[in-house]
Amino acid sequence: MAGKTLAEKIIGEHAANGSVSSGEVVIVKVDYAFSHDASGPLLINQLSRFKGDAFSGSLNKERTIFFIDHAVPPPTKELSNDQEIVRQFAMGNGLVLSDAGNGICHQVMAEDYAAPGNLIVGTDSHTCTSGGLCAFSTGMGATDIAVAMRLRKTWLRVPETIKVNLEGNAPRGVYAKDMILKALSILGTDGATYKSLEFHGSAIDEMDVYGRLTLANMAVEAGAKTGLIKSDERTRNYLEEFHRVEQWREMASDENAVYESEISFDVSELEPQVALPGSPDNVKPVSQARGAKVNEVFIGSCTNTRIEDMRIVAQIFKNHKKAKGLKLIVTPSSQKVYLGCMREGILDTIIEAGALVTPAGCGVCFGALGGIPADNDVIFSSSNRNFPGRTGNPKAQTYLGSPATAAATAINGCISDPREFL
Amino acid sequence: MSGRAWKFKDNISTDEICPGRYMSLRSNLPELAKHTLEDARKEFPLEVRKGDFVVGGKNFGMGSSREHAPIIIKMCGVRAVLAQSFARIFYRNSINIGLPAIICDTSLISEGDELELDLGKSYVTNLTKGTEILFPKMSKTMEAILQEGGLIPYVEKYGDLLLA
Repeated sequence: MAGKTLAEKIIGEHAANGSVSSGEVVIVKVDYAFSHDASGPLLINQLSRFKGDAFSGSLNKERTIFFIDHAVPPPTKELSNDQEIVRQFAMGNGLVLSDAGNGICHQVMAEDYAAPGNLIVGTDSHTCTSGGLCAFSTGMGATDIAVAMRLRKTWLRVPETIKVNLEGNAPRGVYAKDMILKALSILGTDGATYKSLEFHGSAIDEMDVYGRLTLANMAVEAGAKTGLIKSDERTRNYLEEFHRVEQWREMASDENAVYESEISFDVSELEPQVALPGSPDNVKPVSQARGAKVNEVFIGSCTNTRIEDMRIVAQIFKNHKKAKGLKLIVTPSSQKVYLGCMREGILDTIIEAGALVTPAGCGVCFGALGGIPADNDVIFSSSNRNFPGRTGNPKAQTYLGSPATAAATAINGCISDPREFL
Repeated sequence: MSGRAWKFKDNISTDEICPGRYMSLRSNLPELAKHTLEDARKEFPLEVRKGDFVVGGKNFGMGSSREHAPIIIKMCGVRAVLAQSFARIFYRNSINIGLPAIICDTSLISEGDELELDLGKSYVTNLTKGTEILFPKMSKTMEAILQEGGLIPYVEKYGDLLLA
């Protein structure tokens, strides 16, 4: 009998029949359903269309979470009103509220909630981030999540899986972000539509969870439903660090699992990668992009800016200042990361380098606040998307790369190889 | 009833359909709808008429899961979105709010062509070119949701999610 992929295993555990194969459409139990201030008001409106109490019955209120993370603190009265709708709804129904400043939903899910084998749905395309902890997690719209909150289940087509093999040891200055950008350059922005990406190889064995979260986060940039990585000792160590080791379980796909296709590359030969403006699959090695003038650097987003990223950024900024006239904006992904940066002296280093540090949240990645560029600005961002207009001004251009490459770029004022500073 | 085709390139993102910079308008959908697709084609929200068709290429609706994107397209009076392929979340969202998202060969459609959709018989008539474009039936689950006008009325009617 054919073995199971991680997607088939986790979905199977949540489906009535217990065993599923790719291509089947199934109804699954949901472990966590969440929303945020950008989609929450629409979701709450959809829930209000149901007759009776939306949260009656035996729903897991402690597993229904509302985050206020997209526009914090609110820059307009309209957004403040939207956040109040979300805040009052969550508190009024006894649901979990992760209030403004606590952090980006995906980072907080990874810190406090997601565990191996979970099935998680949220009103945000980067919900797939928790795949780095071996949770089948996927983004949907407000209506789907409203129904998932009410019924505690959703329907899914069990995805085919593309196996992504990352072999070798990452050289100095090369991180998970560079690996996923390289994978995107192979897959393209629709190369994994409706599919699951499953990451394998010796580079994964050697990668801590923070890097795995970065890989899983950008699975959606290839159109994927989710990106999954096995749960091993490194997953256990991570959960232990966040005081929930009892939620750990080992999980891996079967040896004889069936994959739709495979891509492979050797990370030991990789150099830092940069996505050129327009699309996250338009990727070149830094050597082919270096020297391009940049006047805003954003270090933030659910893709990066975990504490491990911030340590690397501080290492690069040590005894350096940002280029004159360049806007350097640093947005920690969560309050825990922010506090960690403070305790470890990282904040001192990046502020002394000239950074404007904002509260934890989505920041300018989303284009509603937090450093919206001027006309003709060129941004280098550690985030996940550089579609036209993404950062709030369609007349600006955005490059993507690792936090390390972003930091080196901020110092020189042009796209730079971080290995120069490591 | 026929409508005009508005052609769009491959890989139209939800950032282009419903830019994040208008986040403050998300609880004021009629105002938000005045900016539908303006980053892709500035004249679209000004000139679109009830019954028109949005005609994309590959991977229409990629990126963010914002359901506001198909909602404001629908509010513009658009009859259906036709594309070679759709990004997963956008496709699901469209059906969930009762906006037909049709996968068909859009290379057979030119800007401004008059189109007519027959959902039940699964074809689009191109009145300008005098051709018919057949499309595969959507999945039974999706078809059942669309038939009820979206996921909320569907769940209200059946009280649950059912596999069609």
